[in-house]
Amino acid sequence: MLVGVLALQGAFREHIEKLEACGARGREVRKPRELEGVEALIIPGGESTAIGRLMVEFSLLEPIRRRGEQGMPIWGTCAGMVLLAKDIIDSQQTRLSLMDMKVRRNAFGRQVDSFETDLSIPPLGSEPFRGVFIRAPYAEEVGPGVEVLAAVDGKIVAARQGKLLATAFHPELTGDLRFHQYFLKNAQ
Amino acid sequence: MAAAEKGTWTVKTGLAEMLKGGVIMDVTTPEQAKIAEEAGACAVMALERVPADIRAAGGVARMADPTVILRIMDAVTIPVMAKVRIGHFVEAQILEALGVDYIDESEVLTPADEEFHINKHAFKVPFVCGARNLGEALRRIGEGAAMIRTKGEPGTGNVVEAVRHMRMVMAEIRRLVNLPEEELMTYAKNIQAPYELVLETKKLGRLPVVNFAAGGIATPADAALMMQLGADGIFVGSGIFKSADPMKRARAIVAATTHYNDPHVLAEVSKDLGEAMPGIDIATLSQEQRMQERGW
Repeated sequence: MLVGVLALQGAFREHIEKLEACGARGREVRKPRELEGVEALIIPGGESTAIGRLMVEFSLLEPIRRRGEQGMPIWGTCAGMVLLAKDIIDSQQTRLSLMDMKVRRNAFGRQVDSFETDLSIPPLGSEPFRGVFIRAPYAEEVGPGVEVLAAVDGKIVAARQGKLLATAFHPELTGDLRFHQYFLKNAQ
Repeated sequence: MAAAEKGTWTVKTGLAEMLKGGVIMDVTTPEQAKIAEEAGACAVMALERVPADIRAAGGVARMADPTVILRIMDAVTIPVMAKVRIGHFVEAQILEALGVDYIDESEVLTPADEEFHINKHAFKVPFVCGARNLGEALRRIGEGAAMIRTKGEPGTGNVVEAVRHMRMVMAEIRRLVNLPEEELMTYAKNIQAPYELVLETKKLGRLPVVNFAAGGIATPADAALMMQLGADGIFVGSGIFKSADPMKRARAIVAATTHYNDPHVLAEVSKDLGEAMPGIDIATLSQEQRMQERGW
């Protein structure tokens, strides 16, 4: 499977390494034509305002939104989760508005409050998954079509809406491939 | 949930990973910070004066007034960094208490200690430090820096020193990768770097942390040059707000950092930017005026 990784800014290299470790092919996407032939897309962590601006400037926002509406699997991590959301609390910033959820940015605090912790994510099996949260968002509410996959103290940090996935944490910064494998399986 | 661990190495280096491919801009006011955020900066560096003005003013340059930093933190949602003097761990304690997202232990300010850098492992907030070569970079990482940048020559608008430092680090890594095992301890001794970090760098084929370019970047072409030389991202100090049209130049440098390998995009964004900051020929600076000589 050929998976695009939006490479405008942020941790795109790590996602490509993980995809390749899972046996998929990764492609950096910076322009609309690089979306052609891509069967699924990852929007990496980074700064959501910077990525959103560059998506508009380089004409990627509408094509990605259209492909998402047509059923292309998309997974957003951290900034990617923010960009997938319909609602971003206290913000008018650019977004794809594909997932029916209300997210809060930098919701756990500033960098000194960034943390890692073990998460229980049932679709990944009984072994805990190490969640790395960096100035992370969470979802305060999700719509009826959205399944909650993981929470921290009642705050939603992983969710799925059909072929769309969002995580507030960074599986690409760990040695654990299970979330990437789950995304690829869900994308089939 | 299981206990949350804060200030871990993964979390400190992780923020730097998220900044990659982005531009970190020096700002001195909330208004400038907003311009930087709107232009697509991935973080801002909160300062009282940009390096060009520090250079012009002379005297002792210190950590900025907390009020300046807090106002900038209130103005934007992107990470806010701030500078402390080399070795001044109390300035660092103050910045950590303010909640800044990254501390730059910086040669742009006047050093507070001519022998020792800060023990950065002692902090929850991550640090970035400048380096001119691999040994210096690995010494800083050994002290706990979670991100490295070239020193370049700040406040000059002249990219030549940043190029020199990036080429030096990259050349040393290429050489290290090809060294046989039995030469590694002597290599570590010669470059005055911690042995374990030398081994890790050899294994990775790159620095163990993110490596940005800084010190003299003034144009989109400068930014793309540093990216093509192997930088993970760009710091722009005086180059934006000392230019004629900061918003336009900031946007152009952001676009050039993303599309650093695409000369057509670089040509497009380089058009009609107005005057760049006035530059300084490094040869006209005396030894004492060269900020890159600070730190050891």
